[in-house]
Amino acid sequence: MAKNSSRSRMSNEINASSMADIAFLLLIFFLVTTTIDVDKGILVKLPPWSNEPPEEMKLNTRNVFSVLVNANNDLLVRKEPAELSNLRERAKEFITNPQKLDNLAEKPTKAIISLKNDRGTNYETYLEVYNELKAAYNELWDEEAQRLGHDSYSDDLPYDTRKAIKGKIPMVLSEAEPTSFGDE
Amino acid sequence: MSKFRKKQGKSTPAISTASLPDIIFMLLFFFMVVTVMRESELKVQVVVPEATELTKLEQKSLVNYIYMGKPTERFQPVYGTSPRLQLGDKISDVNDIPLFLEKFKGGVMEALHGRITSSIRVDGKVTMGIVQDVKTELRKQGQLRVNYSARKRSKDL
Repeated sequence: MAKNSSRSRMSNEINASSMADIAFLLLIFFLVTTTIDVDKGILVKLPPWSNEPPEEMKLNTRNVFSVLVNANNDLLVRKEPAELSNLRERAKEFITNPQKLDNLAEKPTKAIISLKNDRGTNYETYLEVYNELKAAYNELWDEEAQRLGHDSYSDDLPYDTRKAIKGKIPMVLSEAEPTSFGDE
Repeated sequence: MSKFRKKQGKSTPAISTASLPDIIFMLLFFFMVVTVMRESELKVQVVVPEATELTKLEQKSLVNYIYMGKPTERFQPVYGTSPRLQLGDKISDVNDIPLFLEKFKGGVMEALHGRITSSIRVDGKVTMGIVQDVKTELRKQGQLRVNYSARKRSKDL
């Protein structure tokens, strides 16, 4: 009975002053383990593997935009040395052919970009070249989307619109088996 | 004047810390939500190159990682200095890829198998030879969705 009375005198609250310390401890743990950076990158769809060698295709040379990257990380575009800085512009011009020249693609649906590298090529250079070629297509898709009255080409567009744009300017980037002249 | 002095004498000097736990908890929850636990210890040095045309990888549970680069200093006596491949948490060979992919598939629902992405995190200085071997192996295994991991480049070329 005496016990009871002493309990009633005590306040009924739990002492919460150590709550902050516990929370701090957890906070510091999560602070240390956190890596905020999300994984981003260039999404690529590889062609399926087949054991037979691919068919020889007779292609009009005007429809092929060949890009070679050798083991010294130099660029050869359409059999001429080229710079990475204007590759995007050249690829865009090749695909759309605004002036209807006879050495560029007949029309965007027929344009093929062929990329070939060496086993000794730096991955960084390879990715930069790939990035530029992809950027060329992205910019063209953007322009096409704007022509149709959208802000830019993105996954938020309706499926039909995206399909129409991609049908008009399909991305054909074929990668040949690399050569192995350079040192790995 | 006297009123002012009287008040100062009476008030307790301590700031109330009653809301401190709430603030800390708020921060705690923020960090708990954004935290991504590193799933494997890196045994190769990877500094991914920079690019502009990036896609964000959604759904971490559908992504498997393949690292390529020079072994870190601690592992150089064992594995040498030439670029190697890391699957999960151990340095492996191209031949180990099929098993690695199969194991990963085991942990994913059957319906989502087509959406599994392989994120290839390669050091910029690695030559294409090893990357090509991995790509060929991935194609043979039918793992065609591939992501070349890269950082955002802010400046123009």
